[in-house]
Amino acid sequence: MLECSGKSERKKQYLERGISMKSLQELAAIRERMKDKVSLRSGENETRIVVGMATCGISAGARPVLNAFVEEVAKEGLSDKVTVTQTGCIGICQYEPVVEVFEADKEKVTYVYMTAEKAKRVVEEHIKGGKVVTEYTIGNIKA
Amino acid sequence: MKELSLYILDITENSVRAGAKNITVSIEEKGSEFRLTVIDDGCGMKQEIVDRLSDPFYTTRTTRKVGLGVPFLTLAAEQTGGGVSITSKHIDEHPDDHGTVLEATFDSSHIDFIPLGDIVSTFVTLIQGSPDIDFLFRHIKDGSAMELDTKQIREVLGEDVPLSNAEVLGWIRGFVNEQYDEWDK
Repeated sequence: MLECSGKSERKKQYLERGISMKSLQELAAIRERMKDKVSLRSGENETRIVVGMATCGISAGARPVLNAFVEEVAKEGLSDKVTVTQTGCIGICQYEPVVEVFEADKEKVTYVYMTAEKAKRVVEEHIKGGKVVTEYTIGNIKA
Repeated sequence: MKELSLYILDITENSVRAGAKNITVSIEEKGSEFRLTVIDDGCGMKQEIVDRLSDPFYTTRTTRKVGLGVPFLTLAAEQTGGGVSITSKHIDEHPDDHGTVLEATFDSSHIDFIPLGDIVSTFVTLIQGSPDIDFLFRHIKDGSAMELDTKQIREVLGEDVPLSNAEVLGWIRGFVNEQYDEWDK
């Protein structure tokens, strides 16, 4: 009994340390850097990258694909005009991980069998360079 | 699925879709006893729905007729000798305290236990997908503990910067990793 309460006390202390450990100043600095940028967003002419994250997508490997898009978009400095979002089952589970790209005034592009590596190429060539990576699209699947 | 953290991501998406404002994901490990608890304040389910959850031919989705989230997790738990229990209060019957509690137990020493894998990516992915939900992630293993409370992060960020901001997500990843690094010391 004594040992139990001693343990939970240690845990509590640890948690308190854990929270203060990483300087909250770092987070506050991000806020200062970001708050002006965020307000500049118009919501128009925006590109949306949508990753299917239902059971079918997750089990096919959508989590690293999503995180690769989030990281690459930020790394390339595209966060102002590109958003990465998640959605449920798109209905073509056999082609998961599936990623849809919506651009203003353009037809939707559907990428299939995605991987984190392919995501990097899509950001580089399509999102940044404006050229669809045709070989990863659903239209390129051989029946 | 090769990682338990993917099952946790999948099962927690159910709480997101139930319209929860607060979701707690807790992992507690004592020896080989591994317990996952997901608590949400979403719309909840009526008992007749809860009773059908283990049926793989039951789903709320309309795009196709099979839902495998709960059956997958149940199989993963049962193959180690554990199990899944779900209790829920539907918003119609419990307007003030609705929500769902899911508890899954595993024997982590069992040969069929699926390793946890990249749980940090699961936390980050959940926050990225639902930046307005308050998540409490907690992982306790014997003497060590990890905790991430998005309420505290939100307090620092204010209303100007969403939690789905890439730099914030990077900070969160670092914050959680740093806590786990302490475990190895």
